[in-house]
Amino acid sequence: MKILAIDTSSHVMGTALSSENGILAEYITNFKKNHSLRLMPAIHQMMKEVDVAPEELDAIAAAKGPGSYTGVRIGVTTAKTMAWSLGIPVYGISSLMQLAAGGTYFPGWICPFADARRGRVYTGLYKVRHGILTTELTDQVTSLEDWLEKLKETEGRVLFLSRDAEQHQAAIVDVLGERAVFGTDAANRPRPSELISLTAQVEPQPPHSLVPEYAQMAEAEKKWYAAEEGRTYE
Amino acid sequence: MTTNSTESERLLAIETSCDETAAAVVQGGNIVLSNVVASQIDSHKRFGGVVPEIASRHHTETITMIIEEALKEAGLTFSEIDGIAVTEGPGLVGALLVGVNAAKAAAFARGLPLVPVHHIAGHIQAARLEREWHYPALALVVSGGHTDLVLLRGEGEYEVIGRTRDDAAGEAYDKVARTLGLPYPGGPHVDQLASTGKADIPLPVAWLEEDSFDFSFSGLKSAVLNTVHNAEQRGETLSTADVAASFQASVIEVLVEKTKRAAEEYGVKQVVLAGGVAANQGLRAAMEDAFKESPAELTIPPFRYCTDNAAMIGAAAHIQWKKGITAGWDLNGVPGLALY
Repeated sequence: MKILAIDTSSHVMGTALSSENGILAEYITNFKKNHSLRLMPAIHQMMKEVDVAPEELDAIAAAKGPGSYTGVRIGVTTAKTMAWSLGIPVYGISSLMQLAAGGTYFPGWICPFADARRGRVYTGLYKVRHGILTTELTDQVTSLEDWLEKLKETEGRVLFLSRDAEQHQAAIVDVLGERAVFGTDAANRPRPSELISLTAQVEPQPPHSLVPEYAQMAEAEKKWYAAEEGRTYE
Repeated sequence: MTTNSTESERLLAIETSCDETAAAVVQGGNIVLSNVVASQIDSHKRFGGVVPEIASRHHTETITMIIEEALKEAGLTFSEIDGIAVTEGPGLVGALLVGVNAAKAAAFARGLPLVPVHHIAGHIQAARLEREWHYPALALVVSGGHTDLVLLRGEGEYEVIGRTRDDAAGEAYDKVARTLGLPYPGGPHVDQLASTGKADIPLPVAWLEEDSFDFSFSGLKSAVLNTVHNAEQRGETLSTADVAASFQASVIEVLVEKTKRAAEEYGVKQVVLAGGVAANQGLRAAMEDAFKESPAELTIPPFRYCTDNAAMIGAAAHIQWKKGITAGWDLNGVPGLALY
């Protein structure tokens, strides 16, 4: 299948393309600069080089978050609009699962995460069972402290994959000690080609129905609900 | 990608600069084949104003459905579309990005030229949907985010001769509405209330320098707020209708007077009132009255083309199309874009 993959949910921007023979092309930058401007030129260049026209595509896979709100919207909007314009389905894949896929050969728990500010992280817990990456704890936004307490109750080693690993490494080791394993620089960057592999275990959907997974309400909504319920909100 | 030479091209236009997700199909710059607008007002009402993050979320959720609706309403398929036009800016950056990326994706997927459009040029060119232009012409663009006086010496030649130095007129309306306890969006409520009141409360009119066509509404807004608060502190009851009428009279006086003066100074043949605030009954009536005896003809586009919509983007894109102006795949949303 010719599948175009798109990920703009973090500073890493990636796009990949597969043909009947597997991954055909992959383009990644780890550069905090304007995904909105650079995504379509990257897709155009990549497809041109390997001589694949848009109308040849069978499906589009997108990292749907959680991650940077604006970033996720750029990728999801591009993916769903391209797919709808071409009359082909989309695959919406968790950005955390995409990152976890980089730990496929790790025999223990796989914990992809991204910093969500104010001591919180976007994270989930994954494990490879019979060769298939499975979700053990669903994607969520949580305080790193609470999350580590949860991980403390598990047994065996935990592979942490994150661009923000360095920033939180001390806190993680503090709780998990030698159980904590950290990814290489390369493994800490989500690869768009993983999205193509993951289409094998995700249902395709009509483009209209693809929406970002933010994992949390917008600030204004949180405040509004707090006020409605008479709670204070910091 | 280049535009073809036909002047009866069919453009799919997309507009997401604020809180309306809009798509339209416009033929030859003045025939509206469809005009679909999904307003988010109900969602933003609870916050008392547009929340950018919420607006961006809604745009992403609905964008392809709105485009589909626009094509369906026009009775066309993608293969009958010649190009895709989109609002490049100005506006809320996160909101603009959704439209820009959707337009790029659709244009790339279908191998169509991409036409960038300035939001204010869109508001001005809404007049094309009503009648042909006669140059030189003058446009007063008044909305929640803009108060601009624009001179057009020829087709698509925009020269901003006046603009607000602080709040946009629509912004002042929303703030005054809030002070008077009126629901969001405030403009129409103030307009309605004003029609029942007497404009007898002294409020400032900001004329600025004698020869300036610029506007300023923050002083007026503060004066209204002070008037209301002072009355409250003295335990007096102020007629909200009179406050609304006095505020509106001050805004309209300066808008109409400066437009009239500019029209005379530049000897324009046509004056266009555009933007969301063009729906204001008081402003429409005052403009009609002011230009009744004038050699310049007044055009006010229908309401549906005054508030944010994509048909106006298609109308403005026609001028770009004729000049062969297209964007590359690196087109981006630009929140503070200068008028072109």
